[in-house]
Amino acid sequence: MNEQHLFAITALFDTPEEIVHAAQEASKAGYTRFDVNTPYPVHGMDKAMRLKPSRIGVFALVFGLLGVFSAVGFMTWVTLVNYPLVIGGKPFWSWPAFVPIAFEVTVILASVLTVVTMIVLYFRFPNNAHPLHDTPYMKRVSSDKFGINIQADDPKFDEKEIRAFLGRIGGKEISPIYFDAEEFEHGQKLFDPKFLGVLAVTALVVSAMTYVVFNKVLYMEPFSWMSAQEKLKAQQPSELFKDGIGMRPPVEGTVARGFLPYAFKGKPDEAGRFLANPLLSTKEVLERGKSRYMTFCSPCHGNFGRGDSRLQGQFPNPPTLHSDKVRNWPDGNIYHVMTDGQNIMPSYATQISKDDRWAIVQYIRVLQRAQNAKESDLK
Amino acid sequence: MSNPAPDMGLRRELPERVTRLAWILLILGVVLYGAGYLLDAKRAAFNNVVGFLFLASVAGGAIFLIALEYLAGAVWSVPMRRATEFLAALTLVVPLLAVPLLFHLHDLFHWTHGEAVAAEKVLAGKAPYLDIDFFIIRFAAVFLVWNFFYFLFVRNSTKQDSTRDPKLTTNNVRLAAVFMPVFAITVTLTVVDWAMSLEPNWYSTILGVYYFSGTVLAALSAATYAIIKFHENGYLPNLRRDHFYSLGALLFAFINFWAYIAFSQFLLIWYANLPEETFWFIKRWKEGWEYVSILLIIVHFVVPYFALLTQDSKMDTKRLKLMSIWILFAHLLDLYWLVMPTYGEGIPFGWMEIGFPILLVGLALVVLSYKVKRNNMIPVGDPKLERGLSFHL
Repeated sequence: MNEQHLFAITALFDTPEEIVHAAQEASKAGYTRFDVNTPYPVHGMDKAMRLKPSRIGVFALVFGLLGVFSAVGFMTWVTLVNYPLVIGGKPFWSWPAFVPIAFEVTVILASVLTVVTMIVLYFRFPNNAHPLHDTPYMKRVSSDKFGINIQADDPKFDEKEIRAFLGRIGGKEISPIYFDAEEFEHGQKLFDPKFLGVLAVTALVVSAMTYVVFNKVLYMEPFSWMSAQEKLKAQQPSELFKDGIGMRPPVEGTVARGFLPYAFKGKPDEAGRFLANPLLSTKEVLERGKSRYMTFCSPCHGNFGRGDSRLQGQFPNPPTLHSDKVRNWPDGNIYHVMTDGQNIMPSYATQISKDDRWAIVQYIRVLQRAQNAKESDLK
Repeated sequence: MSNPAPDMGLRRELPERVTRLAWILLILGVVLYGAGYLLDAKRAAFNNVVGFLFLASVAGGAIFLIALEYLAGAVWSVPMRRATEFLAALTLVVPLLAVPLLFHLHDLFHWTHGEAVAAEKVLAGKAPYLDIDFFIIRFAAVFLVWNFFYFLFVRNSTKQDSTRDPKLTTNNVRLAAVFMPVFAITVTLTVVDWAMSLEPNWYSTILGVYYFSGTVLAALSAATYAIIKFHENGYLPNLRRDHFYSLGALLFAFINFWAYIAFSQFLLIWYANLPEETFWFIKRWKEGWEYVSILLIIVHFVVPYFALLTQDSKMDTKRLKLMSIWILFAHLLDLYWLVMPTYGEGIPFGWMEIGFPILLVGLALVVLSYKVKRNNMIPVGDPKLERGLSFHL
């Protein structure tokens, strides 16, 4: 058996008013190393014990600022450096969009890290040894009594005097609490290799067991009759073929229906010369052309083909469609630009069907006529 | 435990000089209003809308605070409830402020012009709602409802002074439960009708909540100022730091709530980027209005936030008094920012903008002095009063 040290003299009270009074008296009597234990928070206790405001708020501020700066910093890096992306035509660095995320990260970092700090610094995690633990006193104050304990390291500590003082202010069941110095001093430390090792092993074992239990032991294939079939699925390898590829490429020269290769790739002049618009300038065609134009062309070329869209200045500006060159082009040339691309404009053949491209050509002709009407149009 | 002072709850009059000042301000305000309407009716009407919405928010917010106390079973605010009830009495006179507006609807509201409605598809769609008769019916209904609830709340509360019947508290709790959803609808109708419909093409679904946050702030700061003044002059002697701290904390909470809602409104409109919504903010971001917008953020959020951040400042009555006046001013600025850009012609700031609020202060003081004379300063019969007086944080 180890030597037993005196930790504190305790006394019990029946009501919250009594314990507040006891705390006031204790601080009035000049005791500084005393504490109060109650089954629930008692209002006005801070003042009665003459406690200084907690400094935990400083930690909250630091962690909160950490949250703001890390969130804004991360989003800045993502949107400006790592993956700049135009979203809704807004600038890359759009601070209003960052505010909710910065707010959330601030709140979560400030609250979680402050609690962790409190547990580590004030409760001395992972050391959970405390002389009051597992004492009859603790059992009473965590059910229906209000207790005060004046500790032995108080500069004014004098056992007899304190017993008399506690009796005078109405304390009941005045009793001492002893502790085992061995247990207390050799408690667990946070950066103890043994502790961290146990923590790591626990994490590994729990993860491994979770994996085994859910993926091996308890794994059941639900109604697999149709889903598990002896056939190759897309992207799966196959041993049947020499190259091991399950998905066979089509035979060279195969042409899919509706996907005839474009004959004038890289030959705009030939396209202009040989291609004719199969569509007439009817109302339906023009309306179709207008709707496709507004969807695919107007974001860069502008609603009226003047090259004055709102994206102006972010890329090399697209030229106007009203220049003499474009106006004098045959239909095939315009069709060719849409199909094959030109300068930085990519091919739109995959997005816009053949007929729609020709309809757009008709609509562009209407736009050009509207901007540069002929004499005859005015009659 | 503090015992009620012997003279607690007696009816007392406000000092002579306060009552006189109240009447002087009221008469001066009426004269200014009259002059304004004679000289420039349109501008006066727009300023009148700001003033009307301001006092309506104090009155409606005060009823809300009374209902909140009953519904939440709050104890700390019971000794101060009378100040809130006095402010809620403004509900009776606020509609008078809107009467001159009813004669100038054409100056204020684009949607009252038949040919404009016929020309614009959007307005034609809204025509059944934005109809002058229906508008006036809604206006009357909102204030009838508010006055009805105000009357019942205060009747029960004053009756309790003599009967001390705890059942009256239960009645008011039930009433408060009914009032809450009704208030949500009526406060939304008020701001949609008087502020949003100034720009009939614009809509923001969050504007009702935005105005609500302002109403609570306005009522709370007016009540805080009145309570501290009463306390300092011996009308409410039994209040302690704990009570003031609670007022300060609630003010601080609603300052944050306002900022949260104001930013939410901006964020949604900014994100969606629809021309029919963004033009409203764009209007407030050019021709000098951008400075008013930035000023609003600083005055309405940044300054009160830091002024009320620390624990001590929420208990400091001097600081609280300053901040309640400040927040009232900020709410006025908020409404000015909400209403005046529609008036056009740059940033109107002249004798009308400065002079018209005098009427509001005068009206509030006259109502307050009238109510103080006829009521106990403390709800002496409330069953929660004892606990409220000995309230500890």
